[in-house]
Amino acid sequence: MQKFITHQGLVAPMDRANVDTDAIIPKQFLKSIQRSGFGPNLFDAWRYLDEGQPGQDNSGRPLNPDFVLNHARYQGASILIARENFGCGSSREHAPWALEDYGFRAIIAPSFADIFHSNAYKNGLLPITLPADCVDELLHITASQEGFRLTIDLSQQKVTTPDGRAFAFEIDGFRKYCLMEGLDDIGLTLRYAEEIKNFEASRRVAQPWLYVESAR
Amino acid sequence: MSAQTLYDKLWHSHVIRSEPDGTALIYIDRHLVHEVTSPQAFEGLRLNNRPVWRVSSILATQDHNVPTTAVKEIADPVSRLQVSTLDANCKSYGITEFAMGDPRQGIVHVIGPEQGATLPGMTVVCGDSHTSTHGAFAALAMGIGTSEVEHVLATQCLLSKKAKSMLVRVEGSLRPGVTAKDIALAVIGEIGTAGGTGYAIEFGGSGIRALSMEGRMTLCNMAIEAGARNGMVAADETTIAYLKGRPYAPTAQQWDAAVAVWNTLHSDEGAHFDRVVEIAADSIEPQVTWGTSPEMVTTVGGAVPDPSQESDATRRHGIEKALAYMGLKANTPITEIEIDKVFIGSCTNSRIEDLRAAADVVKGRKVSSRVKLAMVVPGSGLVKAAAEREGLDRVFTEAGFEWRNPGCSMCLGMNDDRLEPGERCASTSNRNFEGRQGTGGRTHLVSPAMAAAAAIAGHFIDIRNL
Ligand code: SF4
Repeated sequence: MQKFITHQGLVAPMDRANVDTDAIIPKQFLKSIQRSGFGPNLFDAWRYLDEGQPGQDNSGRPLNPDFVLNHARYQGASILIARENFGCGSSREHAPWALEDYGFRAIIAPSFADIFHSNAYKNGLLPITLPADCVDELLHITASQEGFRLTIDLSQQKVTTPDGRAFAFEIDGFRKYCLMEGLDDIGLTLRYAEEIKNFEASRRVAQPWLYVESAR
Repeated sequence: MSAQTLYDKLWHSHVIRSEPDGTALIYIDRHLVHEVTSPQAFEGLRLNNRPVWRVSSILATQDHNVPTTAVKEIADPVSRLQVSTLDANCKSYGITEFAMGDPRQGIVHVIGPEQGATLPGMTVVCGDSHTSTHGAFAALAMGIGTSEVEHVLATQCLLSKKAKSMLVRVEGSLRPGVTAKDIALAVIGEIGTAGGTGYAIEFGGSGIRALSMEGRMTLCNMAIEAGARNGMVAADETTIAYLKGRPYAPTAQQWDAAVAVWNTLHSDEGAHFDRVVEIAADSIEPQVTWGTSPEMVTTVGGAVPDPSQESDATRRHGIEKALAYMGLKANTPITEIEIDKVFIGSCTNSRIEDLRAAADVVKGRKVSSRVKLAMVVPGSGLVKAAAEREGLDRVFTEAGFEWRNPGCSMCLGMNDDRLEPGERCASTSNRNFEGRQGTGGRTHLVSPAMAAAAAIAGHFIDIRNL
């Protein structure tokens, strides 16, 4: 997993609530058996004027000029800022894969859907929860100041504006540690293989019906 | 020990160890797998040379990409590759799989319970958000992402943090024509699609105890649409009767021992919940969504909202965007909204009871001439066979419905079943997001009986007035 320690980048605003995973990466792209290559189809239905298909060359497709990420001033953005309940809907990890592949390193919103939130961490994409009034203010600044950038410092748990204003955010200690070290969860868990085996063995004795080998 | 909630009991009985911040390693009893969210997980195992921890905990099926017409092969090569990749992975690791053509194949959340592979007291995971469905069996069931699928394959565990607890208590009896789907939509209308975020929801009260297992599954299925990763219902006689004799259910003495454990799977008297939402069952009316989020819902007697009446700017903006996408005018009565297609299916409402409810409405009537396509997609091969034994297929086809093979179908349109841009659909599925059923498609979520009634009338109609 990609480490996350500090990041400074251009901010793009997505001024809507309930941005769902079907919008982030539409279903036709979930047919891929790869983990990469989803960036060109991020927000596909909002971003292009035609209907995208997997495996297609996206470079010649007509862009929707009204869609915020198509505006010249937001090209190269690596921080996305949105309203409540970002990432609601399905468990598709293709959503954080697409956001990352596009170039985002962090998403700032007043709240995130639970599954999206954990999927984002697993991919080194930092979901930052800030109070709704701070997000509102940041959305306004982003829209009014061209080239607005933010600095994210994970160890300090702070988002800082160029003029030095800082917004503190919370993060679970364990997630912070994994992100800063770029650790692989599975490797970490397998250090406890003995404890898992013991737990499993006693469960097998207490509730043997949970361990049938196959259907009757 | 102090009074515990059902969620407390399920959680504590699966924790292997905890980090200081509360992140826990929890043991997983059942892992359900489908073709869409698993290929990258198996690939990850292979790249790291890791075995599958407990093969017998896994049950796999093909559902999202499968055609629902009587074809033997998937035409789209990209879909076909995804499905054959699941086949290959299951074969190479020795995992039980219900592939296309197997009479037991179907939507993952229909086949788990149907096989008795979902049992009370289990932790159940699947790379699919609607895994919350299985909580209907007093199981701790949650949707996970692909990295977590790989984690469970490799370690039989999940890293998770205990959620807050919410009780949604529904007391009293539902009025005729009102179903579990209407309870689910009414709850989401009340608490919002983010209302359950960070919570595990238990549904309780006499209104819930009176529901069949099918109804409880519909309700828990939609817990995720309220933002909650888990929904659950206490185990009782209904749960136990449903499970008896199912292929993966215990038998003989083990059955009695299991039932003794299952009888403890309810919230204790006086257990503390972080939030309680109370709803009177007889206040719930048949529900219809009008927008692009399940919380954008009203009663069949209601009307499309008027954004100018909304004082909150973000919400007003949301309503305007939704109405523009849905092609609806403010203040239009719901019963004046005409539809182009009808979809009865999905892991929310494709079980035998759902099909019976729809068939009851359809019997002896004809699908309206303005409806281009009305389709019924049973949730599994076994549901399909059961319905055919009861003659439901003929009730539907005689009325003008298409009777299809099992799969996710037009719930999300990864196969060929889709809405065309601008088409409006009465759907028994769970998500009305933009483009969910096809790019530009417009989805209205309803119960099976309400979808059937809309098919007959050509517009939404109060099932009680049909
Ligand atoms: S029926 Fe729909 S919601 Fe259910 S698993 Fe399939 S695609 Fe997902």
